[in-house]
Order: sequence, then structure tokens, then C-alpha cells
Amino acid sequence: MRVVVDYDLCESNAVCMGIAPEIFEVRDDDFLYVLDETPPESARAKVEEAVQRCPKQAISIAED
Amino acid sequence: MDNSHTTVVVGASLAGMHAARTLRTEGHPGPIVVLDADPRTPYDKPPLSKQVLSQGWEPEKLTLPAATEDLGLDLRLGVRATGLDLGTRTVAVQALDGPGEVGFDSLVIATGAAARRLPGTDDIDGVHVVRSLDDALALRAALEASPSRVVVIGAGFIGAEVAASCRTLGLEVTMVEALPMPLERVLGSEMGAVCAALHVEHGVDLRLDTGVESFETIPSDDGRRRVTGVALTDGTTVAAEVVVVGIGVALNTSWLEGSGLTLDDGVVCDETLLAAPGVVAAGDIARYPSTRFGGLLRVEHWEHAIQGGEAAARRLLADARGEAPVPFDPVPWFWSDQYDRKIQLAGRPAPTDEVRVVHGSTDEFRFVALYGRDGALSAVLGMNRPRHVIQLRGLVEEGATFDEALERAASL
Repeated sequence: MRVVVDYDLCESNAVCMGIAPEIFEVRDDDFLYVLDETPPESARAKVEEAVQRCPKQAISIAED
Repeated sequence: MDNSHTTVVVGASLAGMHAARTLRTEGHPGPIVVLDADPRTPYDKPPLSKQVLSQGWEPEKLTLPAATEDLGLDLRLGVRATGLDLGTRTVAVQALDGPGEVGFDSLVIATGAAARRLPGTDDIDGVHVVRSLDDALALRAALEASPSRVVVIGAGFIGAEVAASCRTLGLEVTMVEALPMPLERVLGSEMGAVCAALHVEHGVDLRLDTGVESFETIPSDDGRRRVTGVALTDGTTVAAEVVVVGIGVALNTSWLEGSGLTLDDGVVCDETLLAAPGVVAAGDIARYPSTRFGGLLRVEHWEHAIQGGEAAARRLLADARGEAPVPFDPVPWFWSDQYDRKIQLAGRPAPTDEVRVVHGSTDEFRFVALYGRDGALSAVLGMNRPRHVIQLRGLVEEGATFDEALERAASL
């Protein structure tokens, strides 16, 4: 599982950070940083929740 | 639930589509029929007052993911629910090809709300609301004609976002607000003043404590009229070819009248969003008892609609499995984008709460403020501080004291 963020869509609502702070971090520059692009399978439910809850639909999961 | 169990979802916006998605992905094998009066492919609404108006976003970009996912939904668009019979378990509908009815075993009510209009404006061209995709596209077309001025009536979040979009397009804007301070019933007058200042800073002619006296019009086609200006209660008249009315919403509950459901500022549900056996409600229309905040709560926020749709679906699934239903009581949260500022609010502030700015400065429109009530943290407000808001939102969820929250905020 690879976490993909479309930074053209992302507007740093930080919802993903609220769900999975170990993977998503919005910093003081107001930009989103993905801390772990290939999180373990155990984090899948959280990442999927972040995908669903992102107000801009900017997050997706790639399987490769 | 067996394969013949049919669930009807009325309303294909955020709450309805997430309810349908959750039903399907979490074990509803039978037919899921989703109805909506709006003929458009189900879409996301936040961009309607922003990206659609000022950034040229086209309708396809707004399509809700659940509308294109392979969920096997029976999506019937352009079909308006007109009545509900809980005895025969049928929804009366009006489709383009005439009336009909749709039977159900379980029902999800998610018809949301419509924009309130000012009385006496139905025959006036140039007076807009922003609620549906077609509303937004009509307003965009009017803005593309380069009006000399836009009057926005109501400085709530929709009005404020439309005003910001219009200024971004370089249009002159007058925003009229009946209250002495915008958003004061939500944020209190101190933070309302900050929101007001943001618009003044961006060149909006803001008229507070002012109402609409009448519309000035000229005759238009088909016996209609066209707006040319707005006479205000401050005695002035503002010339404008485009007027946008953002004065709140009216809930789409008329089809439920006489059904036996309790209608009182929404569909009154229990703490699991159940309104009657096998009938749940979600989104703007659902009013439910909140242990967290006390009393009945009805919330019109984006993520709340998703959470409500999911919770309503799980309520039905729990019934079918004989499991105990889980109460629905999240901390409401929303955001509003205006100019290059992002306003975020988590919790339920009251106008009389104590407000403390704990980060940044309101003069720079970049800050975090905490709201305290009876010693408890009631809400977190941020402007261009998403990280702080999301982190402090957890404290509202935990029921932290105001002092604990102040201490924690200082360490972020």
C-alpha cells in the first residue's frame, strides 16, 4: 500500500492528520507532509478513513 | 438482512451517499435504491461557493466518489420524494415521467435542506442563492457578465465565501448583515469582528446592523423583473445587477408531514439516529439527543453528514444482526475558506463563552482561539492554523477543562 496525495487538490484541512498523525502531518507552513508513504498493512483502516474523510478527495491508496 | 431486503435512501448528497456506501460495504446484500430530486450526478457542495465560482471548476470535478464506485446502487436521479407511508412502507415519488411509489424494508432519510429565499423575489431575475450545482453555475454565469457590483445578503459562512469569491474575481461587493456583527450567534462578537475585518481588509463594503428594504427592478422578459439595486434599511440604495441571498436554509421535510414521524426543526431521532422502526435519518435534517452537548442537536456540517450517513447505515445493520446500536455523538467540526484564509471551528461555542487567543494574532488573521464555558473547553477556532485546530479538537472530544486546554495549547 502506498499513500498518494494530490497536492493540487490538498488544501491542508488536516483531517487526515487527525485520523493518522503517524502518517500525515500538517506543519507550520500549512503544507501537508506524508511521514510514511508505505505504511504497514495494519494502518490500512486508518488510511482508508483518511481517504474517505478528506474534504478535497486529495488522498488515494495505490497498490504496487 | 437477506437478499430481498430493500433499503431506500432518500437524498443522494453527502449523508445519503455515505449511508448507501456504508450499507453496501458493510454487508447489505439486497437492493439499495437512492433517490434524489436533483437530476445531477451526486456532487460535493463545499466547492459551490468557492472553486466553482472563482476557479472555474466544472461539474465533473465535484462528483462524489460513491457515485462512481462499483457499489451496485440503484440510483434514481430527478425523482422527488413527495410522501411517506410507514404503514405500507412506501415512499411516494414524483419522477419526470409521472408519479409513482417505491417500497422499502428500511429507509434512510437524508433530504437535507434548501436555501431560504427572500419573500417576493421569485419573479426577479438576478437574485441568486447557492445551494445546488445549478444554483452555482447560474451565479457563475452572472458573475462572468462582469456586473458593476454584487450585493450579498447575509454575512454567514455562505455569504462570506461568495463575497470572497467575488472579490477574488475582481468584482465590487457590498455585503449586508442584519446582525451588529457577522457570525456573532456562532462565534461571539469578538471573533465575529475578526471575520468582519477580514472582508473589510479585502475591500468589501460591509453594512452591519442593516436589512433589505426592497429591491429596485426593471421589467424583464415574460412579465418578470430584473434587479437593478437594493434599497437598505440604512436609507441608502446600492446599485447592483447581481444579488446573492445567503440567509440560511429551510429543511426538506414537507414530504414527511403526516407520516407519523416527529418533525421539529428536523426529523427527531433517538441517539442512534433511529426515527421509527427501520427508519433512520442523517445529515442536515437529523435532530438527535447529544449526551456530549445536552439537548437535541442538529448540525449542518460537511463531515457531520458523512459521519451521520455512516452511523445511520450502521444502525440499520446492527438491527439486522441483533447487535447493540452505537450512539451517534461526534464533536461537530467545519471549515470555511475565504480569500487565502481557512477558518476552522470544532465544538459548539456559545456567544457568551470566554474566548482566549492562544496562538498567533487576530490582526494577522492567523491564530487559534479557545472557547470556555463553565470551566470546560467548548470549542476551538482557528484561522490558517489547521494543525492546531485538529490537535486541539481532540481535547474537545475528551471533555478537557478550559485550563487543561490552555496549558496544552501553550505547548503546541
